[in-house]
Amino acid sequence: MELRQIATLAGKEFWDRIRNRWVLAVALVFTVFALVIAYFGGAQQGTVGFRSIEFTIASLVSLVIYLVPLIALVLGFDAIVGERERGSLDLLLSMPITRFELLLGKYLGLAAALAFSTVAGFGLVAIVLSAQLNLAALMHYFGFMLSSVLLGLAFLSLAVMVSVFAADRTRASGFAIALWFLFVLVFDLLLLGALVVTGGKYGGEIFPYLLLLNPADVFRILNIFSLDDVRTLYGLATVFPRALAEPWLLGLVMTAWIAAPLGVAAWRFRK
Amino acid sequence: MIAVRGATKHYGAVHAVDGVDLEVAPGELFGLIGHNGAGKSTLFKMMLGLIPATAGDIRIDGLPVTGNGFRAVRRKIGYLPENVVLYDNLTGVETLEFFARLKGVTAAECAPALERVGLSHAARRRVREYSKGMRQRLGFAQALLGRPRILFLDEPTTGLDPEAIREFYVILRGLKADGVTVILTSHILAEIQERVDRLAIMASGRIQAVGTVQALREQMDLPLWFRVHLAHEDFEHVRNVLGGLPVIAVEAREDHVAVKCRRESKMLVMQALASLGDTVLDLHVHEPSLEDVFFGFAD
Repeated sequence: MELRQIATLAGKEFWDRIRNRWVLAVALVFTVFALVIAYFGGAQQGTVGFRSIEFTIASLVSLVIYLVPLIALVLGFDAIVGERERGSLDLLLSMPITRFELLLGKYLGLAAALAFSTVAGFGLVAIVLSAQLNLAALMHYFGFMLSSVLLGLAFLSLAVMVSVFAADRTRASGFAIALWFLFVLVFDLLLLGALVVTGGKYGGEIFPYLLLLNPADVFRILNIFSLDDVRTLYGLATVFPRALAEPWLLGLVMTAWIAAPLGVAAWRFRK
Repeated sequence: MIAVRGATKHYGAVHAVDGVDLEVAPGELFGLIGHNGAGKSTLFKMMLGLIPATAGDIRIDGLPVTGNGFRAVRRKIGYLPENVVLYDNLTGVETLEFFARLKGVTAAECAPALERVGLSHAARRRVREYSKGMRQRLGFAQALLGRPRILFLDEPTTGLDPEAIREFYVILRGLKADGVTVILTSHILAEIQERVDRLAIMASGRIQAVGTVQALREQMDLPLWFRVHLAHEDFEHVRNVLGGLPVIAVEAREDHVAVKCRRESKMLVMQALASLGDTVLDLHVHEPSLEDVFFGFAD
């Protein structure tokens, strides 16, 4: 492994996103949404203003689960296919680097941009709210930020996989949007439907494990079990057994969701 | 030194490259021509180690282009892909610095490379403001980074104006003088014809012919044309003089007489025409062009 070359590729991707203000824009979106949710999230119940960190994180989780996968997929879908389409992929591949190093460098650079904007966006909110938060609440919030970053990295990994498989950018964007629909909208619905159709007779035991097949659900579970007061706000994921809900275990599953698509992408890209 | 032995690439039933043997010597300026789909781009990418061969062996300076030693091979080569679009958001010098780091070359090489292709004045401008010709020059500057011993240039003069093309070949001759091997493709055959040491004609995935332009002409045995301008309309006289010679045709044209003959009869015909003395005002020999050779082989 040539770390210098990987760092060069990653650096270019990262600085490209800084220079074209992508990082700034995404961080601002996170900050604004998070502040609005923190202060007006209870408006339906007739209250305005910051309530509790639990309610705020519960609302933010719902936001992040839609927004972060979408942003990550849009960020990564053309990583490889974009270079292929402009004709610069052959040039990059003619350098003294392996295909894996190219893929890894691109992924790490995009991952850094995504992680940076997530941490900056939500971190700013933490600073604004810090006067109203105790240490425990800050730890919860920190956990939420970390899991948001992991969620983004998992979907970025899926996006890079798409960009290796797709023949052109148009198809890659189609696949990316399809993945978003699948994981964010359709997956839970299918599971729930299957559970209802079978009257809960079959699959009741494996059901929690099936949730692990969706990084968005893993993210949701990661955040519920640190927040006892608001479990009822989370719907489906609350059927998850406590024993499986160890943060380190879920973190491991999330890491697998980051590594696996990237591994498949590397395998395919080598061909 | 590039050595290609039995290089073959099959995509299913399609034989993109089919048993190609080729050797390019150090310091040689070598042209590869062929129609679209002839397999020359595939062969080019195989020589660069970008596409693994189905069969055969490709070596650069004795090292296989794929496999464990590939980094050593890559450091010897510079590559300019066809129609490459570089990064719009970077400046010229930033583009070169990026590729220099990937090649493991010091950034100090970037300014001289830009200077060499005549882009110093635009070094700090973004590539998005570059004209097509400037982008092509920048791509060429990129290929020169790391002082490669072998240059692979795919359609390098696309988008360049005639003056820039001339300058480009001046640079190539300078590199050649330093012992750099250059392989280039071009569809502008007239351009390549005068400038390469040797060339290979590719069709249907095979090298149909390889050699100097002169050798290819001789190998094809294409007829030559003499264009003879006479002082007076004395067509029959010319015909009589050429009577006993192995000419293919003698035709009266609007303002001249056209004489067609085989290469081997060239001197005989010339001597006969010279014997006409003052009757001949002017004489042109029309050699078959590389296009003629090219289409002769490639069809």
